Amino acid sequence: MSEVTIPQPTRPWQRKRADTTRSAVSIGLVGFISFVIVLFTGFAGVDGWAVTVFLVSVLLIIIRGRKLSAKERGNAKIQLFITAAALLAFAPWISIFGSVLVKGIVGLKLNFVTSDMRTTVPDDELNMGGALHAMLGSMMMVLMATAITLPLGILSGVYLTEIKGRFTFLVRFVIQSMSGVPSIVAGLFVFTTYVSATHGPTAFGGSLALGILMLPTVARTSEEVLKLVPDDLRSASLALGARQWRTTLMVVLPTVRSGLITAAILGVARVIGETAPLLLTAGSSTAFGFNPIKGPIASLPIYVFGMLQIGTEYAVNRAWTGALVLMLAVFALFFTARKLGGKDKR
Amino acid sequence: MHVVHSRGDKVFRGIVTAGALTSLVILGLIGSFLFARGAQVFSQYGLKFITGTNWSSSMEEGIPSEFGMGPMLVGTIIVSAIALLFAVPMSIAGALYIEFYATGRVRKMLSGLLDLAAAIPSLIFGLWGIQIFTNFGQRWASFLGNRLGFVPIFNTISDNYGRSPFVAGCVLASMVVPITTSVAREVYSRTPRELIDTCYALGGSKWGAIKTVVLPFGKSGVVGGAMLGLGRALGETVAVYLVLNLNFRYTFRILESEGGNVASLIATRFGESSSEELTALVAAGFVLFLLTLSVNMVASAIVAKTTRS
Amino acid sequence: MSNSSAVLDTPEQAFAGLETRDAHAWFGKHHALSGVSLRFPAKSVTGLIGPSGCGKSTYLRLLNRMHEFIPNSAMAGEVLLHGDDIYGESVDPAAIRLKVGMVFQKPNPFPAMTIRENVISGLKLAHIKIDNEDDLVEKCLNRAGLWKEVKDRLDASGGSLSGGQQQRLCIARSLAVEPEVLLMDEPCSALDPGSTLRIEETIKELAEKITVVIVTHNMQQASRVSDYCAFFLSDGGPGVLVEADQTRKMFTNPTDTRTADYVQGKFG
Repeated sequence: MSEVTIPQPTRPWQRKRADTTRSAVSIGLVGFISFVIVLFTGFAGVDGWAVTVFLVSVLLIIIRGRKLSAKERGNAKIQLFITAAALLAFAPWISIFGSVLVKGIVGLKLNFVTSDMRTTVPDDELNMGGALHAMLGSMMMVLMATAITLPLGILSGVYLTEIKGRFTFLVRFVIQSMSGVPSIVAGLFVFTTYVSATHGPTAFGGSLALGILMLPTVARTSEEVLKLVPDDLRSASLALGARQWRTTLMVVLPTVRSGLITAAILGVARVIGETAPLLLTAGSSTAFGFNPIKGPIASLPIYVFGMLQIGTEYAVNRAWTGALVLMLAVFALFFTARKLGGKDKR
Repeated sequence: MHVVHSRGDKVFRGIVTAGALTSLVILGLIGSFLFARGAQVFSQYGLKFITGTNWSSSMEEGIPSEFGMGPMLVGTIIVSAIALLFAVPMSIAGALYIEFYATGRVRKMLSGLLDLAAAIPSLIFGLWGIQIFTNFGQRWASFLGNRLGFVPIFNTISDNYGRSPFVAGCVLASMVVPITTSVAREVYSRTPRELIDTCYALGGSKWGAIKTVVLPFGKSGVVGGAMLGLGRALGETVAVYLVLNLNFRYTFRILESEGGNVASLIATRFGESSSEELTALVAAGFVLFLLTLSVNMVASAIVAKTTRS
Repeated sequence: MSNSSAVLDTPEQAFAGLETRDAHAWFGKHHALSGVSLRFPAKSVTGLIGPSGCGKSTYLRLLNRMHEFIPNSAMAGEVLLHGDDIYGESVDPAAIRLKVGMVFQKPNPFPAMTIRENVISGLKLAHIKIDNEDDLVEKCLNRAGLWKEVKDRLDASGGSLSGGQQQRLCIARSLAVEPEVLLMDEPCSALDPGSTLRIEETIKELAEKITVVIVTHNMQQASRVSDYCAFFLSDGGPGVLVEADQTRKMFTNPTDTRTADYVQGKFG
């Protein structure tokens, strides 16, 4: 019984250096041929390049593939097609992130977040005026919408997971269908029933419309979060003699506190960029108004939308900057939700 | 779990039930309100409200108003169909790429990108669409128009391609792709590992395994995801409004810079409308709601069925 | 560390051409299998036995390059098929898997396919031309002992069969690509006793033509179905091959006391 030497673990199935250099050579070759083609045909632009590179790659696979079996050649082609289509699918998002960042940053000066458009016209230089009023307006409406929606959403979630009464199916069905309400229809509903019946567009009208769109997200997320609470926990509390309401309030809800905050954040992220319903219900303005039931109010999406409609150079710049702020807000909400969402799970 | 209910419990259950039913009531209100206005308009104009080709609000006595949403309805469907035509294959490829071809860091990065993309507001898609994408879309549209102009739908009268249903459809496609890709990825990842292993054990390649097992397994899930995307495309307002050149008439030339969309109709007309037209707009909203609702219902039923267990 | 290599004493003319030399396997940092050297006898059934976690399934998956599909897996040593290392640089793993087929634990016919399509699916996957489909389907189903039961409903879905029939369909599917060696990973563990017996009969018939390597943790099954046995064991560390010999000898007069304890059911 001698001591056995253990060899080093290896992964012979992984790409070998020769393969890597060979594919580097192929990529270089494709790049070069494409460059020549683009140079002589003027088939330029990102799209022209993409098409050229794709066609050259297909050609190269066909030429080099003569050495390979039909199966391997087919595989290489399929892989190229899937990669190309996937790139095509992902390209717009990268283009969006990039263009919002590059074009938005131009107007992102301090005054953008500290001043409003009271004394500035959209065509003024970018170091004048800003979107403070729009940000405040968005914040105000989103907060009001959350204040209305969060309790309803959480109650729906509790109903679906804790009480499971006879309306369970109906409530779930309705929440599901509400999530499909087109945002313009929600806006139109509030417009006809509230806005046009009262004093025209207001922050409250806007938050009603946003609330309708937010509710399904909050309710569904709450339900999912509550479902994660193990039944043992409920049984343990009930076995100690606690009533169901105490169990729910003292044991179940505190366990998923951060999950419920996540639900609210996801709801906010869902509606913060909504434009169409605010067009009908909140209107727009050049300064922030503190009275939620009187007078139209600006919001970030409407600010972007309005500037874009004006269409002059500086106005469009302002639109991009507004979009950048909006996107950053959405991402910040999204990452917070994700961080918090991971907390309750063990 | 059997629970003995105290008075506190009864109150608690009452409050929770009331909260849950409030959402029911809200949707019920929206639904019945839209329905009531819709019924009113339908009884007045009949089926012509759907098929009619004219939308004009008359301010003068004696000349009746006419409301027919046909061109807008057709326009909505055309733009959404173009969006799906592009989005579905790209989503399938994207999902397959993330799930089976990408490895390690690339895979992680792409799935993060996918989650973020699903959170971008449609306004930003519209902004990008009209400011950035139109340049490309225009080029592709004119390419198509020059080569395939003899096919009626690719035929154009003017040389304006920039704000056509084709370009709007492409923008909507990029908006729909995150939704469909997420769903497709989800169902593909549920393919039983033994089935994929079996394909390899039989001497199959990666593509062989995908074709033999993964695609058939994920078929209905992808259909569900595509319909979820369709629901979003049908009801979209700003992205279409910003890109498309709205024009109120039937058009089937998808490359020509004109088109329609019900949601955009509402967004353009609500402000200056008479109460008569407003009722007609609400009815149009009702039709749109029914359309997206039915599409969404079918979609979520399919997705729920395929992702269960 | 105990002596981790045992050699199944096989006369050269009866050698199946498949052998491992000092084979190791890892999952991440976990060393799952250590130093297994084994030569497989041709046209026979070799049972890989041992308590769970001893690395016998891992070893099986090393033999047709299925091991590498587990994330972070690694290996060392040689697996030779007719003298060539199947982990060699220019080797197409798919070609190896055609020669060394595999049947899995749970019956898993392709759900979207009919019985007939299931049988020929391997050839489609490997892009092999089929000359006479009907003959091939009949031959494979016959060898798997399923032909009589399904000959009138070849176009029914594979999922419509019973569990045991499904597993025999999977065997037929593996046979269609004409492997030299068939690996079976606890093929009966999900089946009832009646179906298990049918499969065991099928395995014995198969061994008249090809080499079968079967993983089982059922001692009775090993003694019923196998001609040779290899006993794997892990004492907390990596699994090792303790002993390999003719089944009769392993069950009556094993060399190693641990083997004796295991086959007598003292542990495991």
